[in-house]
Amino acid sequence: MRRTGAEIVWEMLKRENVEVVFGIPGGAIMHTYHPRREYGVRHILMRHEQAASHAADGYARVSGKVGVAMATSGPGATNLVTGIATAMIDSAPIVCITGQVPTSLIGSDAFQETDITGVTLPITKHNYLVTDVAELADVIHEAFYVARTGRPGPVLIDLPKDVQQAETDFEPPADGLELPGYQPRKKGDPTLVEQAAKLINEAERPVILAGHGVLMSEAMDALKTFVEKTQTPVALTLLGKGGFPESHPLALGMMGMHGEAFVNRAIQESDLLLAFGMRFDDRVTGTLETYAPHAKKVHVDLDPAELNKIVPVDVPIQGDLHHVLNQLLPLVEPAERPAWLGQIEHWQGDTAVRDVLNRPENGRLPAPRVIDAIYEGTGGEAIMVTDVGQHQMWAAQYYPLDTPHTQVTSGGLGTMGFGLPAAIGAQVAQPDSEVWAIVGDGGFQMTLQELATAVQERLPIRIAVCNNGHLGMVRQWQELFYDERYEATPLVNPDFVKLAEAYGVPAWRVTEPDQARGVVAEARAQEGPALIDFHVAQKGEEGNVYPMVPAGAALHEMIRRPVAISETG
Amino acid sequence: MDRTLVAWVEDKPGVLNRIASLFRRRAFNIESLTVGHTEEPGVSRMTIVVDGERTDTEKVVQNLYKLVNVIRVKDVTDQPAVLRDLALIKVRASNGQRSEVMQIVETFRARVVDLGLETLTVEVTGTEDKIDGLFEILQPFGVEEMVRTGRVAMVRGKNGVQ
Repeated sequence: MRRTGAEIVWEMLKRENVEVVFGIPGGAIMHTYHPRREYGVRHILMRHEQAASHAADGYARVSGKVGVAMATSGPGATNLVTGIATAMIDSAPIVCITGQVPTSLIGSDAFQETDITGVTLPITKHNYLVTDVAELADVIHEAFYVARTGRPGPVLIDLPKDVQQAETDFEPPADGLELPGYQPRKKGDPTLVEQAAKLINEAERPVILAGHGVLMSEAMDALKTFVEKTQTPVALTLLGKGGFPESHPLALGMMGMHGEAFVNRAIQESDLLLAFGMRFDDRVTGTLETYAPHAKKVHVDLDPAELNKIVPVDVPIQGDLHHVLNQLLPLVEPAERPAWLGQIEHWQGDTAVRDVLNRPENGRLPAPRVIDAIYEGTGGEAIMVTDVGQHQMWAAQYYPLDTPHTQVTSGGLGTMGFGLPAAIGAQVAQPDSEVWAIVGDGGFQMTLQELATAVQERLPIRIAVCNNGHLGMVRQWQELFYDERYEATPLVNPDFVKLAEAYGVPAWRVTEPDQARGVVAEARAQEGPALIDFHVAQKGEEGNVYPMVPAGAALHEMIRRPVAISETG
Repeated sequence: MDRTLVAWVEDKPGVLNRIASLFRRRAFNIESLTVGHTEEPGVSRMTIVVDGERTDTEKVVQNLYKLVNVIRVKDVTDQPAVLRDLALIKVRASNGQRSEVMQIVETFRARVVDLGLETLTVEVTGTEDKIDGLFEILQPFGVEEMVRTGRVAMVRGKNGVQ
């Protein structure tokens, strides 16, 4: 059957079970847009291409499917870049399809020409410039396969205009792919698995470091069985949240720079670290010189390049965590660890006393109270999408998760502006779930134009702006480490309530702690999107994220929250 | 000490660029990189010499495998292998010095591939040490130009690199 390149795009997207594409048309891609409606694939018109790649990412993380973004050549394509880099470092499977100038003009600096395969080379898992329409179907099939298998990641397909227009005899690609060098390995080396099991059976103070890999390999149940059998406590990375229920007695909580002090202490005193699907980011290790000095280390990761990259380990196992856990389970012995678990409980000690939520009321609104009000209102069952900064850490600390794939956050890249567009993707993936976008006033203003997208698509996203009038995390560092010189961090903000209303989004302002719950309930009652502008505490004990490992310090050298004894202001 | 990697890659546009980009991004230090066709259509073969002091070869191998078009990679440093570099050296040699230069060339089992009034061009194949040696000896005559291909490697014996 004769088909144009444009038609093959949609035919192949349908065959790859794509339901929705996030994008913006333009001169070099409009030919592809033209036949879309005949193929019944939904298109969501974003207001900026960066938001399209973030939305595809949010969609992918919640649905487990490949997210798709589409943009035109030149600026359309370069605007995708931040979202592609975000997806790359957090291993999110997305496929970006960009228009390109006609092949005859490539290299001539034509209008809206950018070498986007060159630009995205180091931030994609793979990319393609299609110059022959006869190859297009195979390329799209391969792109989806590469994006979702192995360690997932972004793949870009650059499509010159003449290739979109050209006709060819369309044949669906065969099942097999010609990728001789791409064979993701799933099973762990049995010898190494046995060595790991031996270390586990000999350990007295083991700790599991559970990362994003738990969720990506759908290893949640296997992990729980392993944890309960071996009575090993579990610390989570930021992206690991949801991989192990935080209400479980053996769940410690988040580790690292803004993890609880007792969690980091347990890691530092451990005699065996089991790193499951995580990559020892500097935000979780503190300084490497003193990192977990007594611990033997087992590292399981699908990507062999992660093994021994940052932390030298005793047993590096390349494999899919789910498979490796199933290999380990019959080899590990049931254990009881009353002494070790008791020790950790002892370290946990006064954590509750230091909790911001247990401080006496003083009229100010610390952001953790906002997160807590949302937690109470949603029963802990919302999909929590965050932006990047202080509010992101508070959301991680004060919204414990029991359900997998209900957190969407930019971990590795720390992309401000990620929150709202990623929430759009999450809501599209799960139309019946309650989606909250927790954002700061700084990051929100990087992509807030997407309020229009939420309205146009009637997406009932609830947006909580934690507004402290600053680029808060930078402000916190300035307060603590830069002589309180607030260089370029104070923000003169618009009236977010009026702004939201201008977009047709009902909005509220909350300045008093006792208003929070009621307004959260009102926002939840809306049928479409809703926004709450929370004016939160700016500084000091209530305005900064604690505990905190200062840059370059050891993991156990934390600045803790002060003990709240009396109202000190 | 340098280490020698052999990589088989799909012969597709941009593959060399992907590999060069990877080395730059990960700050891998390499001494040389050669690429050419193999006995198998569609497959190119690279010989990559890594500065083993400053760069962890294992990391290079694992990162190469992350590239979709890389088929396989072997570190052949510790295997018996034929390692060869090829150089063209243009050396100044007027009438009085020509026979002396030719003698040196012969001793090194190199050959003269171009003869001019003022210069002659030598082609030499061998290990890098041998080429370094010839270059040093020719230097006093005045080396006008030198170009080297960089190391290529093949494991000795029937099976070679599997």
